[in-house]
Amino acid sequence: MSPYLTSLRAIVTREALRFIHQRERFVAALVRPLIWLLVFAAGFRAALGLSIIPPYQTYITYETYIVPGLCGMILLFNGMQSSLSLVYDREMGSMKLLLTSPLPRWWLLFCKLLGSTIISVLQAYAFLAIAAAFDITMPAIGYVTVLPALVVAGVMLGALGLLLSSFIKQLENFAGVMNFVIFPMFFLSSALYPLWKMAESSELLYTICAFNPFTHAVELIRFALYASFNGPAFLWTVLVTSMFTAAALWGYNPARTGISRRG
Amino acid sequence: MTGLKVSNLSYHYGAKTALDEVSFELEKGKFCALLGPNGAGKSTLFNLLTRLFVSPNGQIEIAGHDLSRSPRKALAQLGIVFQQTTLDLDLTVRQNLSYFAALHGISGADATRRIDASLDRLGMLERADEKARTLNGGHKRRAEIARALIHNPMVLLLDEPTVGLDAAARASITSHVHDLTADGTTILWATHLTDEVRDDDRLIILHQARILADGTARDISGKAPLQSRFLNLTAATV
Repeated sequence: MSPYLTSLRAIVTREALRFIHQRERFVAALVRPLIWLLVFAAGFRAALGLSIIPPYQTYITYETYIVPGLCGMILLFNGMQSSLSLVYDREMGSMKLLLTSPLPRWWLLFCKLLGSTIISVLQAYAFLAIAAAFDITMPAIGYVTVLPALVVAGVMLGALGLLLSSFIKQLENFAGVMNFVIFPMFFLSSALYPLWKMAESSELLYTICAFNPFTHAVELIRFALYASFNGPAFLWTVLVTSMFTAAALWGYNPARTGISRRG
Repeated sequence: MTGLKVSNLSYHYGAKTALDEVSFELEKGKFCALLGPNGAGKSTLFNLLTRLFVSPNGQIEIAGHDLSRSPRKALAQLGIVFQQTTLDLDLTVRQNLSYFAALHGISGADATRRIDASLDRLGMLERADEKARTLNGGHKRRAEIARALIHNPMVLLLDEPTVGLDAAARASITSHVHDLTADGTTILWATHLTDEVRDDDRLIILHQARILADGTARDISGKAPLQSRFLNLTAATV
C-alpha cells in the first residue's frame, strides 16, 4: 500500500477510535438536533407558516423543513469539535507527531479533515434514521443523493475547524468559537427559517444570511435530500471550502511559527 | 560520515533572540548531550531540527539531507522523542506504534516486524498490548523511544526525555539510549541534568541562545565535577 493510503487509513481510523472512546460526544451530537426537531419544531410549527418553495413540491411540516438545517448543525458542531481536538492535540503534543511525519503536511491535514468529515456524515445519517423513526421522512432516493452533499458540506465545515485551530492558541479560547462562529453561522442561515421570511423582517439580516456559507451548505443538503442539485449552493460551498483550506494550510505553514508554542 | 550538521542557525521571536549563529556537527553513531538551563534555546533548536519551525537563517542537514531543500528525505531519517508524552493514552502500546508507523508509510507485516523488534530493543515487548494509560512514566518513555526507532532513523533527537522520572527510570533510559549508538544511530539528547552525561560523551552547552562549550564532557568539566563547571559557565554569562 502506498505511504499516502497507509497514513490516510491510520489517521481516519484514529479519528474513529477517538470518537468511539468518547461515547458522550456521540450522544450529545445526536441529542442536540433531536431536541430541536422534536421539541423546538413541535412548539414552533404553528407560529411559522411555510409556503411551497423549491425543492418542496407540496406543503411540508416545519419538522421536515428543519431536517437539512439540523444535518448542517451536526456537521457544524462536529467541525468545531474537530477544531477543538486539533487544539487539544497541539497542547498535548500529539500534533507534533503528525506534523513531523515525512509525508507532505497538506496531505496529513487533508487526512485529518477527511477523518472528521466521515464521522460527521455518519452522525448525520444516524440523525436521519432517528428522524425517520419519528415519521419525518424524505424520499428514499434522497438518503442516497444526500451523501455527496453531506460530504461537501462536512469538508467545508471541517476546513473551517482546521482554519480556526491554526489560529486558536489555547483551549481556553474555544468558548469564543461557540459565541462568534457556531451561533451566528447557525442562526444567520436558512437552517431554521426560509430566507424569504428573514427578508420580511430585515433586509440587512437577509443579505448576511445569503452570504453565509452555512446557508449554502444547508441548501445543498436540502435539495440533495429531494434528489435535486442546487448548482449555486454547490459552487458557493466548494469555493468557500477552497478558501478555508488554503487559509488553514497557510496557518499550519512551519515558516509561520504558529504550530508549536515557543520553548 | 555526518549524522547531523547545523550551520549558522539563528532564530528570533520578534525582538528576542532564541538562537544565535549556532553551529555544530555530530558524527554518525555518536551520542551528544545538549546541556542548557531552562530557556537556553534547546526547545527552539528541537523545533527547528524537526521542522515544526523554519528559520530563514542557517542550515540543517540530517544524514546528509538538507532539511529545507529535501524535508521529506531529511524527516524520514529522523526519530524524535518530544518532551511531552505524545502517546494516545486510550490506545495500546502497539496501536500507538502502528499509528506512528503508518505516518511513515509502514504497514502490514513489515510494521508488525519492526514494532516487535523496536519494542524488544527497549525491553517493552511484553507490554505491547497494555493501554498506554496503565504504563508508568519510565515505560511510557521507553515506548516512545521504541516508537521513534520503528523507521530505523539515522538520527534520534530526545528533548529532555527523563523529565518527571525517578532516578532508576532515568538511569535505565539513559543507558538504553547510549546503547543505541552501537548500530550507528546518532543521538542528540537535550537535558538540563548533568548526571545524565557520561565522561566520554560529546557535550554541547547551550546558554542564552549561543553555544558556550563544545567538546567531550571530560574536557569541558576538567578536574571539577561537570555540575559545578556547568553552573560556573552559565553563571558567568548571566
